[in-house]
Amino acid sequence: MTATQDMIVPSFDDEATEGRKLAIICSKGNLDMAYPGLILGNAALGEGVELHLFFTFWGFDMITKGRMEHLKFTPVGNTAAHMPMALTPLPGMTKMATHMMQKSMDALDIPPVPEFLELIKGSGGHIWACRLSADMNHLKKEDLWEGVDDIINASDFIEMTDGAQLLFI
Amino acid sequence: MPTTTINGRDVAVDDEGFMTVYDEWDDSMGAALATAIGIEMTDEHWKAIHFLREDFKAQGETPTIRRVSTAGGIDTKQLFVLFPKKPAKKMAYIAGLPKPHGCV
Repeated sequence: MTATQDMIVPSFDDEATEGRKLAIICSKGNLDMAYPGLILGNAALGEGVELHLFFTFWGFDMITKGRMEHLKFTPVGNTAAHMPMALTPLPGMTKMATHMMQKSMDALDIPPVPEFLELIKGSGGHIWACRLSADMNHLKKEDLWEGVDDIINASDFIEMTDGAQLLFI
Repeated sequence: MPTTTINGRDVAVDDEGFMTVYDEWDDSMGAALATAIGIEMTDEHWKAIHFLREDFKAQGETPTIRRVSTAGGIDTKQLFVLFPKKPAKKMAYIAGLPKPHGCV
């Protein structure tokens, strides 16, 4: 008799996720828009899914040394901030809103962007920087966060994400 | 709630087979659960599993991968080596705890 004869064993479906690939294009540099890609990407890695994050346009701030720690959230033009729109452009408002968002993220133990990227990298995620964005901003690989795998162009990205599920944020 | 026989003992589990009663678990259960999902336990595996057990007791919820690494002191990369593909769920299963609810 085997001890585990009647055991209900969960199916972790390792084979089913074999070959599943997710690519997320991160194109925004606002603090609030930095998080969806990081959270979903991290979740995908935790489910055994291969992950590619591609940073382009404003999203480049997320992986640029000297900028990645200073992303901001602004209520300007954002009706979901639930405050009178006329007040949103007042001086100091963006600073305050950013501070509040950081505080609520911190309370939920959601790490700041650089630490979040470390987590994704440590979990085996791939981090790619957009060639055109680098050229536009006159940035080289050494100006980018050290976890960036490489600066690649649009064709490289399309080639590399063959068969992947894609998200544009 | 179904029950199942693990290591010759009847224990309560959920529909997927995750143990549901904290005190029904001990190391020998953990070892049997690990074997069932093809993981051979080493000291490093046990360090992670015992952290999960302690943290659950203290916090009332199963720690996420990030918490095991920041509070438990085991590198994320290493967790993926020890419990391949789905470390959070596999650790929770072996530790006799529910799957973590946190997103990060």
